[in-house]
Amino acid sequence: MRAVITVVGKDTVGILARVSAECAAHNINVEEVTQSILRDMFAMIMMVEIDNSDIPFTEFADNLTAIGKEMNLAIHAMHEDIFNAMHTI
Amino acid sequence: MLNAHDILETIQMIEEEHLDVRTITMGISLLDCCHSDIDVTCNKIYDKITRYAKDLVRTGEQIEKEFGIPIINKRISVTPIAMILAACDDRDAVKIAKTLERAALTCGVNFLGGFSALVQKGFGPGDKELIEAIPEALAVTDHICSSVNIGSTKTGINMDAVKLMGQTVRRAAELTADKGCIGPAKLVVFCNAPEDNPFMAGAFHGAGEPDCVINVGVSGPGVVRAALAKAGDCDLTAVADLIKKTAFKITRMGQLVATEASKRLGVPFGIVDLSLAPTPAVGDSVAYILEEMGLECCGCHGTTAALALLNDAVKKGGVMASSHVGGLSGAFIPVTEDAGMIEASRCGGLTIQKLEAMTAVCSVGLDMINIPGDTPAEVIAAIIADEAAIGMVNSKTTAVRVIPAIGKKVGEELSFGGLLGGGPVMPLSTYSPARFINRGGRIPAPMQSLKN
Repeated sequence: MRAVITVVGKDTVGILARVSAECAAHNINVEEVTQSILRDMFAMIMMVEIDNSDIPFTEFADNLTAIGKEMNLAIHAMHEDIFNAMHTI
Repeated sequence: MLNAHDILETIQMIEEEHLDVRTITMGISLLDCCHSDIDVTCNKIYDKITRYAKDLVRTGEQIEKEFGIPIINKRISVTPIAMILAACDDRDAVKIAKTLERAALTCGVNFLGGFSALVQKGFGPGDKELIEAIPEALAVTDHICSSVNIGSTKTGINMDAVKLMGQTVRRAAELTADKGCIGPAKLVVFCNAPEDNPFMAGAFHGAGEPDCVINVGVSGPGVVRAALAKAGDCDLTAVADLIKKTAFKITRMGQLVATEASKRLGVPFGIVDLSLAPTPAVGDSVAYILEEMGLECCGCHGTTAALALLNDAVKKGGVMASSHVGGLSGAFIPVTEDAGMIEASRCGGLTIQKLEAMTAVCSVGLDMINIPGDTPAEVIAAIIADEAAIGMVNSKTTAVRVIPAIGKKVGEELSFGGLLGGGPVMPLSTYSPARFINRGGRIPAPMQSLKN
């Protein structure tokens, strides 16, 4: 199963490193990363493969939310199906 | 292939525009719980509900987290209790209401609907006993919702039931006067009630439904309004198109949640209800959509036309996004639950007369309206009759959920808190329809051809 991690907020040093480290720590493979600036805000989107993760996805999502709070960013980890459902016919 | 714009759009809809799945409702048939001994019936009802719905809340929360979509309510609807009560020797409906409350608490759901009777053509065994018990049942429980269907396009309107419901709504308010008149906020009087509606307070599990089913109600007025705001001054063809596209996205999300819930719970998927359900949160309002279209205040001339466009576009967009559509499906206009409607009724821009006209083109009807505390039962009955006539003639569902604000006058505020919101007491006509209502009998079913 693939999930989408989104990070939105003010650009600071070490965002990518911090989120990737969390993925690596739980054996989650980062397949694709895109970054852009959206209305003066930093936006990063990561596609990750979570089949071999060593923790339940909900727990991983909670960890990322906590990291987001710490760094003053909005971080979401969501199942990719939600985006496929909403944006493809 | 997913692109960054689509992903960020979804995140923005959820974070800033209040996109959510309003409810996952599990419909459970209680027809196999009938027994002549009411205590046995109650035990069977409790056992069946708690067995079927034991994982409902947990599964809903799990889906919420994995997909990142807020799922606001997890609810249960059951077979109209009057049908179950009919089999009992001792028809103590309040006892069943208390059992349902206990089951709702055990399962952890927000509401349980189906303390209902279908009397559009007349009263069957158990119907009158149930209706008479509604005020007390709503006063002694917190999670039970009640509905009564008093008319339909095929049968006409049962005016004896309309009269009885006028008294019942009033009594429900009196019995809960110390709790902010919450009783009638949990009671809906329908014409053409749908049997698969997942939304409260009118949800019940119809007799034609399977043993157990998952129905999902979506929401998203905030998303539609934001899309219109971004579009600027386009013409109404473009407005309708934009609403359709937005409704499509919202409904696809609802369909995904419904399919997933159905798979995880091992229960068949029933329908997705394509409704724009507002909440009192600022930005989650149907009135604001109408105002975004160009009305100065919801309720001014042009409101009915704008609402007709909105309601139709939501359905057109949603139908393609879901494999089965049902329930109420349309835009809701519950006054106390909609920040924009509350403001419009406070400033006098929105009146009950205009609301009645709006109900002819939108989903449901006169919903969550505070009326003066001294309103006679006949006037409430007449409001129900008017609304039922609109539904009957136009082959659509209409409903009345008005709250007599006991001890309060026009302009004073009555608040319920939470999703039910609050708002001002709205003025009604003070002339009496008593003689008309007291005639009783039935209004015959209307012509279905020669339509003009």
